[in-house]
Amino acid sequence: MITTTNLTKRFGRVEAVREVSLDVREGDRYGLLGPNGSGKSTLVRMLLGLVYATSGSISVLGEPIPRHVSRVLPEIGALIEEPAAYPHLSGRANLRLLDAAGPGWHGSGRTRRRRVDEALEQVGLAGIDRRPVRAYSLGMRQRLGLAAALVRRPRLLILDEPTNGLDPRGIRDIRDLLISLNDAGVTVFLSSHLLPEVSALCTRIGVLDSGALVLQDELAALQKPTGRVLVSTDDPERAVAALDGLVERRDGADLVVRSPDPAALNARLVAAGVPVRSLVAQRRSLEEIVLEVTGAGSDQFGVPAATPGGTTPLDPPEHGGLPAPHNPRDIS
Amino acid sequence: MIAVELFKLVRRLRTWISIALICALPLVVAIFIAVTHLAPPPGQGSAFLSAVLDDGQLYPAAALALVLPVFLPVAVAVVAGDSIAGEASSGTLRYLLARPVGRTRLLVAKLVAVIAFTVLTVVAVTVTSYATGVLILGPSRAAAVGVPPGGLSGSIAPGAGGAPTAGLSAGAAITSLSGAPLTTLDLVERVLGAMAFITVSMLGVAAIALFLSTVTDSAIGAAMGSLAALVASEVLVTLNSATAIQPYLPTRYWLAWIDFFRQPIFWRDIQRGFGIQAVYVVVFLAAAWANFATRDITT
Repeated sequence: MITTTNLTKRFGRVEAVREVSLDVREGDRYGLLGPNGSGKSTLVRMLLGLVYATSGSISVLGEPIPRHVSRVLPEIGALIEEPAAYPHLSGRANLRLLDAAGPGWHGSGRTRRRRVDEALEQVGLAGIDRRPVRAYSLGMRQRLGLAAALVRRPRLLILDEPTNGLDPRGIRDIRDLLISLNDAGVTVFLSSHLLPEVSALCTRIGVLDSGALVLQDELAALQKPTGRVLVSTDDPERAVAALDGLVERRDGADLVVRSPDPAALNARLVAAGVPVRSLVAQRRSLEEIVLEVTGAGSDQFGVPAATPGGTTPLDPPEHGGLPAPHNPRDIS
Repeated sequence: MIAVELFKLVRRLRTWISIALICALPLVVAIFIAVTHLAPPPGQGSAFLSAVLDDGQLYPAAALALVLPVFLPVAVAVVAGDSIAGEASSGTLRYLLARPVGRTRLLVAKLVAVIAFTVLTVVAVTVTSYATGVLILGPSRAAAVGVPPGGLSGSIAPGAGGAPTAGLSAGAAITSLSGAPLTTLDLVERVLGAMAFITVSMLGVAAIALFLSTVTDSAIGAAMGSLAALVASEVLVTLNSATAIQPYLPTRYWLAWIDFFRQPIFWRDIQRGFGIQAVYVVVFLAAAWANFATRDITT
């Protein structure tokens, strides 16, 4: 659906996006992660033909961008950073206006009212009155922006920070909506810096760090069991004795045990008479995965940049800047 | 897209407020003149104003002369300067382009909307001032309308707008500026001609403001920039030592619409006025297109 090859964008001397080769497949729920200023928005704008690449190529829905951007955009619904609307018009009028502004297909004018109403219903604004967008709350604007992306029933959704400004209920609503759209065949590409959001929604992730794509993989593959088991017991002494050398770390009653098979480990502990309170195979959290491959965001200064691969220098910065982002993996 | 831009224009309160304000100026002037019966003496004040006490039907021409030098260009510059920059700063530009609306198409639609606004304003001024003229100043009470010699150069110094105006200096106390009486039908035709010319005269400002609107994301900046260009042009038009470039200044032929009220109509400056505006539109629209079509949209 989206392929970029060595995509680079320079603004003057700043390299906002560097040699990015993105691969979003049909049916993906793809999450593009990265710290603030890592180039997510620039990348999204390049996919939509708003910003022109310095070098490299883009293909969206099989067409080269920006050359044939007008062919593919009608099949894309987009939310580009914050939503925007004419403040003096109602949400409904805004959606109709935007729909009427671009190219239609046969009968798109006749179905406009219905499509707009459906999109509003999908995002939970069905009962919206005629009040102008000026009077909307942040969450309502965000929902309206999403509705604008859905009016033309796109095959591909490109959403930049879609849950900005939403409350927990709204985040949940939008996530359910995106999942149901995805089940119906819509490919979803979203960028976010909210890890739990991406973790709950996406099937594939890419991680941008200072403009470079440092990781791109299936989330399930990244989060496969690490071969360690987290054990919590009331009698850690006995457990350590019983497991003899397999315990990698002990923190009070919590143990990290090297074992590929949690069931076998459990049997062994029970046989040794260890009272097991809980036992779970360790998986890496998305946060650990992302922090491992990214450095400090561009909104931090005076911090030594991390080198991808997780070798963040642990010594404190020399000039008393902000503390270095410590590698959070104390187990690995 | 053009229909959408026109819809946005008419749904905007600003459009109607600025038109109302522009129409209010001639109304205020008419009230003062009607109350005091003191029209500007011949040779002073805005064009046609000295004549309107005698014939209220001539007031549309006087009203157009009142709004032409400042009010109309300011309003046009504000609307045109806002066209791209306003969408950019409110964030709607990126959604329009991603909709997709072609960048060229958007520019053309914006220009059409600015022209529509100008036409709307000129028509509104003419209609309201005709009503004002007839109701407040009264219909023609003398068969002859006194147009004073040299009284038509408006707010711009006589040497500027009215160089080739033999008819002007020969003007006597008769209906047309050149002596022959005008029928009402004649007058209607000539007012329509003047309206068209004034609308076209605004295209140069509109094109400059539209170009600046693609350069900056500040609508105010674009409007002020194009007004600065206009003021510069008006200064140079009155400057004798700038004679060499005067034929190319956007405001050089602004007052040529007065030539519609000569008998016969004095076409030379009118044609040149149309020509120079066409040149400004072509040049600045091309510049706007070249800039806008290749620009990164980062707002």
